[in-house]
Amino acid sequence: MIRLEKLTKTFDTPNGTVVAADKVDMEVPSGEICILLGPSGCGKTTALKMINRLIPPTSGKIFINEEDTSKQDDIQLRRNIGYVIQQIGLFPNMTIEENICVVPKLLGWDTKKAKTRAAELLDLVGLDSRQFLQRYPKELSGGQQQRVGVIRALAADPPVMLMDEPFGAIDPINREVIQDEFLKMQAELKKTIMFVSHDIDEAVKMGDKIAIFRAGKIEQYDSPDNLLAHPANPFVADFVGADRTLKRLRLVTAEEVVNADAPAVARSTGAGDVARRLASEGERIAVVIDGDHRPVGYVTADEIAGSTGDVGDLAHPLPASVPMRADLRAVVSEMFAHDIMWLACTNDEGRFVGVITQPAVTAALRATYTAPAAGAA
Amino acid sequence: MAITMNPARLTGIGIVVLLVAWAILAGALEPILSYRDDIVYLARQHMFLVLTSGGAAILVGVPVGIWLSRPSMERYAEGIMQVFNIGTTIPTLAVVALSMTLLGIGFPPAFFGLFVASLLPIVRNTYAGLLAVPPHLKEAATGMGMTQGQILRRVELPNALYVIFSGIRTALAINVGTTPLAFLIGGGGLGELIFTGIDLMDTGMLLAGALPTALLAVIVDFLMGQAQLHLIPKGVNPLR
Repeated sequence: MIRLEKLTKTFDTPNGTVVAADKVDMEVPSGEICILLGPSGCGKTTALKMINRLIPPTSGKIFINEEDTSKQDDIQLRRNIGYVIQQIGLFPNMTIEENICVVPKLLGWDTKKAKTRAAELLDLVGLDSRQFLQRYPKELSGGQQQRVGVIRALAADPPVMLMDEPFGAIDPINREVIQDEFLKMQAELKKTIMFVSHDIDEAVKMGDKIAIFRAGKIEQYDSPDNLLAHPANPFVADFVGADRTLKRLRLVTAEEVVNADAPAVARSTGAGDVARRLASEGERIAVVIDGDHRPVGYVTADEIAGSTGDVGDLAHPLPASVPMRADLRAVVSEMFAHDIMWLACTNDEGRFVGVITQPAVTAALRATYTAPAAGAA
Repeated sequence: MAITMNPARLTGIGIVVLLVAWAILAGALEPILSYRDDIVYLARQHMFLVLTSGGAAILVGVPVGIWLSRPSMERYAEGIMQVFNIGTTIPTLAVVALSMTLLGIGFPPAFFGLFVASLLPIVRNTYAGLLAVPPHLKEAATGMGMTQGQILRRVELPNALYVIFSGIRTALAINVGTTPLAFLIGGGGLGELIFTGIDLMDTGMLLAGALPTALLAVIVDFLMGQAQLHLIPKGVNPLR
């Protein structure tokens, strides 16, 4: 847990005093990622760097796991906080192994233990340890370097991590991949993370909570969904963008809106049986599945009324289907691409799990709007 | 690891080979070899001057460069470096002459003059090399909990090492080439043969001093190049 209490930083400049952080109060619960978001010069990086005292606070207090950090020695404090910066900052004179072992060595770990840890972490981010341990940073691509930058911060297993636009310098495609990898790692490691970003999409994707900064003050501190659904003031609304409702589509997965009760019938079912079933359930469409429970086509109530034979022969091919892990943004995109009102949804093995309709998507978005904003923390 | 030959070094070796070939063809080899005993004695003196003054310049120049690059010195460092830069513009002959007015004749003024002449590039490169270490490396090191001393030893110096070595290499090249001037203030060395050869218009004697000096310069540069190749960590060494 990280708690900031009335954290303030002022700089004296020839043009008068500049307030970079103005009585910032916030708390990041253990195991959560909190994104500090805002335009440049809003004080988010200053707030972050006060936590590991790269910038000394003017006043206010910082607690890590209920412990007042002002009583700790700078050096000891920093060794127990993972730190990742945008420029990555791998030391070019050291091998990847030496880079990862920097903090463990500073903490006096046994060399063997530190090396084992380095190999373990490399494998964790999908870099072959035998191949990479003895390489130098300049022999790695940007994406590989950034992965090493992140695991270097994790090396001594610190409970708290500070990340200053860690994925800012990576191309968009690699950034998505690394973000996904990082989220997967975080799901296991459960670190308490403060994360500076200026990208609302990244914030919505990565954050459990988002704090929007302006001129050293927090304008709103909320979950991504609440922030997008209920911006506290025009500045926040403007910052999150006019398409904020579309951004919320990323926060909901297909699994949450899928209708698992949608009728599914085997290929060999008779058309008459299906027509009766649809009539009794009040449905208009049935998805046809094969022996492995995969969706292969669909039939409509109107078309099969009065026909005979198996639905397998009457079925239209399915224009598209989505995995249930996909977010609603991908779902809506598929719907628009094929000009359809519904989609079949499959699980990881490709088995049919249900149907998603456009009304179900809008209903999911509406749910947050109608929910009381008091839920916002 | 193959011994790499850069063009400059090849040219240097080529010139020495050509000089030797010319000396042989011109029938100058015999008069040169007649000075064999002098060459051995004076070359020792010469190398002693180079090693002591160059060594002292490294021992003093690198720490001074480090000291000037510290944040606490930020306000004064540029001013002090300007003094060093102006110092570089004084011809080495003048430096040697000035040190004679201060210290008389013999080894001490020769040592001091050469020391001053080689000090400047070492200080300047150490200072510039340390300042050129990217700030984000220092920020990462600080954020990871290194002390100031650890940052200097593990991050700043290794990353500035190539530039510092280049300074030392330049300084030693200047040093070897300037050492013949030591003869003018009674410091001995191969200059004794060169200048006496000039005065007596004795080409053989002149070459007996000049050729070993050139050879010495090439050898020192070659050794420094090898040191630069092998002593600097692979990750920050443009030669590897």
